[in-house]
Amino acid sequence: MSINTKNKQTLNAIGSFLTKWGTVVTIFALIIFFTLMTYNKDFDMYPFIQPSNIVHVFRSISIVTVIAIAITISLTVDGLDLSVGSMATFADSIVISAFVWYEFGLWAAILITLFGAVLIGLANAFLIVKMRIPDLLATLSMLFIAEGIALTYTGGGSISEGMPRLDGTPTVGVRPPFFNEIGLVPMIIVIMIVVVFLTHIFLNYTKHGRYMYVVGGNREAARLSGIPVDKYRTLAYVLSALIAGIGGIMLASKVGSSQVNAGAGYLMPAVAAAYIGFSFGGNGKPNALGTLVGAILMGILDNGLVMMSVPYYSVNIFKGSVLAIALASNYLRKK
Amino acid sequence: MKNIEIEFPGVKALKGVDITVTTGSIHALIGANGAGKSTLMKILVGAYNHYQGTILIDGVPVDIRDPRSAKDHGIEIVYQEVDTALVPYLSVAENIMLDILVNKMGRSQFVNWDQIHKRAKEVLDRINIRLDTHKLAQDLTLAQKQMILIARALVEEQKFLVLDEPTAPLSQTETDELFRIVKDLAYNHNVGVIFISHRLPEIFELCQLVTILRDGKVVSGYQVSETNQTTVINDMLGHRFEDTFPKTITEIKDTIFEARNITTKDNEVLNASLYVRAGEIVGVAGLVGAGKTELSKALFGALALASGEVRLREKLVEIKDPGSAVRLGFALVPEERRKEGVLVEEPVYSNLSAAHLGSFSNFLGLLNWKKERDHAEQTIRSLSIKTPSVYQKVAFLSGGNQQKVAVGKWLSTNADIFIFDEPTKGVDVGAKHEIFELIGQLAKNGKAVIYASCELPEILGISDRTYVMYDHTIVKELVTSETNEAEILFYSAGGK
Repeated sequence: MSINTKNKQTLNAIGSFLTKWGTVVTIFALIIFFTLMTYNKDFDMYPFIQPSNIVHVFRSISIVTVIAIAITISLTVDGLDLSVGSMATFADSIVISAFVWYEFGLWAAILITLFGAVLIGLANAFLIVKMRIPDLLATLSMLFIAEGIALTYTGGGSISEGMPRLDGTPTVGVRPPFFNEIGLVPMIIVIMIVVVFLTHIFLNYTKHGRYMYVVGGNREAARLSGIPVDKYRTLAYVLSALIAGIGGIMLASKVGSSQVNAGAGYLMPAVAAAYIGFSFGGNGKPNALGTLVGAILMGILDNGLVMMSVPYYSVNIFKGSVLAIALASNYLRKK
Repeated sequence: MKNIEIEFPGVKALKGVDITVTTGSIHALIGANGAGKSTLMKILVGAYNHYQGTILIDGVPVDIRDPRSAKDHGIEIVYQEVDTALVPYLSVAENIMLDILVNKMGRSQFVNWDQIHKRAKEVLDRINIRLDTHKLAQDLTLAQKQMILIARALVEEQKFLVLDEPTAPLSQTETDELFRIVKDLAYNHNVGVIFISHRLPEIFELCQLVTILRDGKVVSGYQVSETNQTTVINDMLGHRFEDTFPKTITEIKDTIFEARNITTKDNEVLNASLYVRAGEIVGVAGLVGAGKTELSKALFGALALASGEVRLREKLVEIKDPGSAVRLGFALVPEERRKEGVLVEEPVYSNLSAAHLGSFSNFLGLLNWKKERDHAEQTIRSLSIKTPSVYQKVAFLSGGNQQKVAVGKWLSTNADIFIFDEPTKGVDVGAKHEIFELIGQLAKNGKAVIYASCELPEILGISDRTYVMYDHTIVKELVTSETNEAEILFYSAGGK
């Protein structure tokens, strides 16, 4: 074997390592970079890798990650659920109103909210599977509808404790103490990890998850293998809405009140995280762990850049560029 | 066209073809699948540029290396797949005038709509078609779309018009209408028409001359009035190199499956009836477009039935989707292997378990990875699938091995009716033999096999009985040992 072919093999090995673990390598590179760049001479410390900052990063990405998991599930059946942001808003206003307006208990309020989420998921599935609207357009319609329902329901305003209802009736309901815990460390991070973990198990270790990948990979081949394609597509959109609803509840707890369009801002970062996650571990397809890694990458960028005093309004330039690079590596490989 | 030769990687598709077509006549080009008809015509219209030989028009050699120069010499083609040539959301007029809009605009930047519609209307009038030029192409019937393409070819004065199997999707009345137009073009407008078809009766009805191609060569040419269907068929077949197929002799038992007068909702299968017995291999012969694929899919529940009944072991059953077909014990190895048969982006092991994941998972739906992989290893060994490991993506396997995966995924389901649709397409000779052996083995194990193919030697070699399809229906049932290629071809080409 000549040195040349040996070199080539080494290069190939490095190349395939990078396409598999590029996101993880980038994360470590960024950690080192930010750690060094934010070194504080006066106190001789590295604020970026302080445990409190790491916890902060995880806390800041938890809601995005959960919503990104919702998107990941819709992506497995070759769909893309754009309504997850509105879904979170919708869940946010229902759960808060259930406490404040109707004085529901903790579990009753959460169950009702998740029930509403399932309904919206079914509506998505109806539009996509039965009405045959392309997934992007159907969920775009649902984005507006869910947002509109949430706004109409709250009368176009916010809901918080002690605020009178739309018709002026005073409210006495309060958020249960445990509900407030949901939005705090450690609960919020635990919920995120549980959602990621369960989704990972579901997608990779159950036949249902496998069927969803098969349906997403080749719908016709799936149908001709006898897989009930419509059923699994429906299931994907329902699960997507349900998990986005969980994201909405986490949001409601974190903020403590229901705000106008609170969930809207989570859609795009979540889409980005899910797509960055494709290449994780050489999967080349939507996967739960990759999505978490994608969200961590975005979270670190956010956090590190702000610590480096990059103005918050410029951070998106970097986040967008990272997304573009991740997508390029994914699609170039597919050629 | 003189001494035309062309080579593709691995095959010499045309070996010195000479053909002469005169304006004002209709010339049929006929040959079995792969004889080189379409290749020859693609050279004429400039779709290939790496051929050898000369093309002469009016005795003058011309250089046709791209579609533009073919058009400049007045040569137009109407391809078989009409939808690839039309823009669905543009109007009839825009579709007819497309060449003009694209190539003949010169320096003008604005479209003169009145002019476009007026000229499109004139062309339609010329071939006597009444059609609103403002209608969108996507709202037309298949026949109308074909007319639009013919009209497009006629916008400018043409010398030659190639029609590649134009009647395949048309009904009888639509075909009659097309023939009227073609005759009008040839006799009243002095156009030379080259008509490619598999259907002998049509050729005898419409054309004056017929040239027969076989294996990339011209074997004969006749005045249609001086020949007959049998001569043409014999010339098409010639003496072909016969593959030997390992036919397993099996004991044929009771009828497992029977379909009576089934018609699909899209009318791709009309009133077809067939039955299969345990241990029997039943061939479904027919030319491309006869409806074999549609029949296979209809039996598997992948195409909705409008009427007819299906019986499984004499019990009436309803197969409403492929899922219920699988549960009833059907297996389909579809024609479009990469699109429908295997999951190219998935590894071998998950392909082999895709049709019956239930047997690899517990009551919670949790998968048993080890069991799944062991099963894959075992199938790979028993079918001798050549793959580095069970984790290999199916996309990287050869055609034959992909096909084995497509078959292998059904082997451990409890299927007892196997439907194969062109399973040897794009498969090398060695793998072909293994697939035949595998099918023979299935029959030996008491399975019922339906084998659809346009490769007649395969049907003759492997089947016990043969159904012949023509024009979306089964026209003839033959006992394979008592028939031959010529007879099957006779019925496949619409002979009676």
